[in-house]
Amino acid sequence: MSSSLAVSTNLNLQAHPVDEVGIRERVARLATRSIKKASKVEGLKLALSMVDLTTLEGADTPGKVRQLCTKAIHLHSGRKDLPMVAAVCVYPTMVRIAREALQGTPIQVAAVATAFPSGMNPLAVKLEDTRYAVAEGAHEIDMVISRGDFLRGDYGRVANEIEQVKEACGKAHLKVILETGELGTLDRVRLASDIAMQSGADFIKTSTGKIQPAATPEVVLVMLQAISDFYRKTGKRIGMKPAGGIANAKAALNLLIMVREVLGPAWLTPSLFRIGASKLPNDMLMQLEKERTGVYQGLDYFSND
Amino acid sequence: MSGNGENMKSGRLDVRKTYKMLIGGAFVRSESGRALDVNAPGGKWLGHVCRASRKDFRNAVVAARKAASGWSNTTPYLKGQILYRAAEMLEGRATTFREVLQSIGLSPAAAKTEVTQAIDLLVYYAGWADKYLQVFGSVNPVSSPYFNFSVTEPMGVVAYVAGEKRPLLDLVSGIAPIVAGGNTVITLSTGRAAVAAMELGEVLATSDFPHGVINLLCGLREELVGQMATHMDVNALVTQGADAKESAASREACALNLKRFFPREANGKGDEDPYRILDTVEIKTTWHPVGG
Amino acid sequence: MTETSISTKGSNWGYAPAPESADHFKLKEQYGLFIGGKFVPAGSGKRFATINPANEKTLAQIADAGEKDVDKAVKAARTAYDKVWRKMSGRERGKYLYRIARIIQEKARELAVVESMDGGKPIRESRDVDIPLAAAHFFYHAGWADKLGYAFPGKSASPIGVAGQIIPWNFPLLMVAWKVAPALACGNTVVLKPAETTPLTALLFAEICQEAGLPDGVFNCITGAGSTGAALVKHPGLDKVAFTGSTDVGKAIQKSLAGRSTKLTLELGGKAANIIFEDAAIDQAVEGIINGIFFNQGHVCCAGSRLLVQESVEQEVVEKLKARMEHLIVGDPLDKNTDIGAINSKAQCERIRDYLKVGQDEGAELFQTKCPVPEKGYWVRPSFFTKVAQSHRIVQEEIFGPVLAIQSFRTLDEALEKANNTPYGLSGGVWTDKGAKIFKVTRGIKAGVIWANTFNKFDPSSPFGGYKESGYGREGGRHGLRPYVELS
Repeated sequence: MSSSLAVSTNLNLQAHPVDEVGIRERVARLATRSIKKASKVEGLKLALSMVDLTTLEGADTPGKVRQLCTKAIHLHSGRKDLPMVAAVCVYPTMVRIAREALQGTPIQVAAVATAFPSGMNPLAVKLEDTRYAVAEGAHEIDMVISRGDFLRGDYGRVANEIEQVKEACGKAHLKVILETGELGTLDRVRLASDIAMQSGADFIKTSTGKIQPAATPEVVLVMLQAISDFYRKTGKRIGMKPAGGIANAKAALNLLIMVREVLGPAWLTPSLFRIGASKLPNDMLMQLEKERTGVYQGLDYFSND
Repeated sequence: MSGNGENMKSGRLDVRKTYKMLIGGAFVRSESGRALDVNAPGGKWLGHVCRASRKDFRNAVVAARKAASGWSNTTPYLKGQILYRAAEMLEGRATTFREVLQSIGLSPAAAKTEVTQAIDLLVYYAGWADKYLQVFGSVNPVSSPYFNFSVTEPMGVVAYVAGEKRPLLDLVSGIAPIVAGGNTVITLSTGRAAVAAMELGEVLATSDFPHGVINLLCGLREELVGQMATHMDVNALVTQGADAKESAASREACALNLKRFFPREANGKGDEDPYRILDTVEIKTTWHPVGG
Repeated sequence: MTETSISTKGSNWGYAPAPESADHFKLKEQYGLFIGGKFVPAGSGKRFATINPANEKTLAQIADAGEKDVDKAVKAARTAYDKVWRKMSGRERGKYLYRIARIIQEKARELAVVESMDGGKPIRESRDVDIPLAAAHFFYHAGWADKLGYAFPGKSASPIGVAGQIIPWNFPLLMVAWKVAPALACGNTVVLKPAETTPLTALLFAEICQEAGLPDGVFNCITGAGSTGAALVKHPGLDKVAFTGSTDVGKAIQKSLAGRSTKLTLELGGKAANIIFEDAAIDQAVEGIINGIFFNQGHVCCAGSRLLVQESVEQEVVEKLKARMEHLIVGDPLDKNTDIGAINSKAQCERIRDYLKVGQDEGAELFQTKCPVPEKGYWVRPSFFTKVAQSHRIVQEEIFGPVLAIQSFRTLDEALEKANNTPYGLSGGVWTDKGAKIFKVTRGIKAGVIWANTFNKFDPSSPFGGYKESGYGREGGRHGLRPYVELS
């Protein structure tokens, strides 16, 4: 890393080169893990308990959010053996609605803030956005980094924003969205992860869901390795949240495999691993029903909230 | 060899040449102090050459190994220039060489042919020095995200046993492809060919070859081939004109360190052949990922 | 809804057994020798058992070829060479190889399962590496058969004659492909001797040759132990011997061929250095170490069995390596999640265990993972030694098992000096993010195959073979054709 970093901030950014081809091969090898039967059922339930069930549409209404919260609590009617999801993720104006709907459950309410998804607003606006969401009752804040600042090399500014948003969060947990699809290389994903963790992120998160590619397995692996290194150096466990583009149950199980083999079982908990998704749970539910009944399922039999 | 008395007519005694071997850039006699008689085909005594000992060979290997890294890293262009320089030097001494070859029994016509062919052969391999890699290397289309290529690399130290039939050409046709391939070499010349070899040493010593790249010994084939085949710091053995017994023994002895062994017939065929360069180079394949 | 907060306890979620099914084919109870296009019993009637090293159960009885059988096979190959194969156009020869490639692809799963049962390698590797690569080798060489005129500029290539080929047990079918594909493509006929512990896929390959309609005698397979191989090498009817195996046997073969004009190529042992620089992508380098030494239980001649790591990152690399190794699953080769299968034979298992003892006796420090291993069968947990010196036997000698020796270095020159301080020269690895350094190091390592920022990659178009005591000749690529042609 260039020495100018040290000038602009207290960041201690060591070079952690990432070899793209090596990452792809590791991902491919991890994907050969075969998850069958009991392990599959247990894995899918675990993954469901880690979902941040998300709606982030301009068209979101209180009705839509309440519907989503019902799904978050009761993933599939008629099955009592399923967990609740970890959190519901909404825009700040919907936090209050979600809190009410989830009253009495352990489900957390996460709000995207800081001029999500672009982050193209002054810091003061972003901080106000954050404070508002927290005041509305958000347990968790999903912020976006300023990709423009990052890409032009102003890492100090990026770090400084994260630090200030963290302060604005108070007790709320902070997830820092890197928007990896805009960063260009895995080296930059690694660098952004290091900056976010050093600046106070409780979680690092791949994407807003508004940009493709989003949570590719390659990006997830690089971020998990960054978390592993951070833990090795500081003893502090940072959480991970892939979000966007996680297509199906198989992809979700592959994420668990990655977490297990890169970070270990200590991270296999919703308090350290989340999956941001809206449609994904139904595919996992179909697989669970298939395991229960032995019959391949159709989406018409699963509520689309 | 010359200077055996004709000039007595002029009343002046010739200054004879003492033929010395070339080891590590130095002209030396055998450490053993032994010499061999060289006779013309009719039996007429011509003079002495050294009779190299095992230790001379061992010293030559040390010199050749010392020079190996530098020569292998010499640019192909420069290797070509140095080989060409050797051709220039030989051309400049063509008359002398013809006389030397005639003195050991070649006809004037044969001597002339041999000298001109030897010069042209050096020019031929000088030209290959910066081309054989292009012809024999490859980029390999592997089915994975890797850039994969194969290059030639010198084996290192090569021992070469020259035939006697073509005293100069048998030696030059062995040396040129070996050094063009980036190896250093220790040669053994025997019988009357030793005279031509020692004469060639004086050419090579003035043609910009770094010390130790070419080391010329002369002596007895039966005494030294076995040493060359068994020496653990020699990477390849090339022989010319070996009989069946010697070849069998060499192949067996070379198994000791899996030295590469190339017995060649002394029929003068294939002097100009880039595949001879391939004999004493290895193929190295490198895999390099292609990613961002 | 009694929970008040989300769980913070990590889950011990893991992988259930995921065995590959073996019910879509049936092995025969016994297999004969494949001579002149037919399966025949050994002249002596002798047989030996090939067992599954993962459970020590017999898989099939195999004919044990003696000198007379070898003679028959060589004669069958000679007849096929003189009467059919050498006269056939390259294009037609190539079409047979294409057929063989296709049948290997069609039978991929059966071949993979048998490979794993007979040799002990994990199904993930036989399925994803061995079998696809074997098919690819035939496909690649098929296309050369009618294009040999372009392979050797300025020369004309013709076949050598009858090739005797002896292959090892570590990649049974893949070695069949490496040997047979170029030999046949260049117009030679073959007598192949597979290893006695892993003969099955070579025999299934013989069946594939029948299915492909390959003319009788073009490919012959004689099974047996070292004595069968020795009889083959001694046979005066061979024009060419190709051997893959240990350096000691390779040297013995070269000696026994002294005095004969039989051509020889050898692909022998190795003790490759895998060099990790401080500026490497460390996590990928760690994965490269894993691929380098634990691929195929470490039964790989080009294994990265010596790790040279720059002192400044030694601790980090060793810590990460340990953590990564703990995720390696040792066990049933047919389980799709198995990373490290069974050691190929009892003898090899004992040899590896001896080295584990030797290493400790020499004062090196042994690390082994804690994974459970089955009771029956031959197993070695992934292992490495630290505190080793260049003079230690575990640094000098090829162990051919999942055992890594770790040394540190300070400078590039020191790394190269250590890397090259061995009689072997088959392969090497270098890990650095700096392009210029890669080329300096890849040039500096005296070995035939160098992997930069990767390890243990193979491809039919990529020449493979060693320097120094790792043998001579290349397999794969244009250079791999050279051992099977006469040039004029």
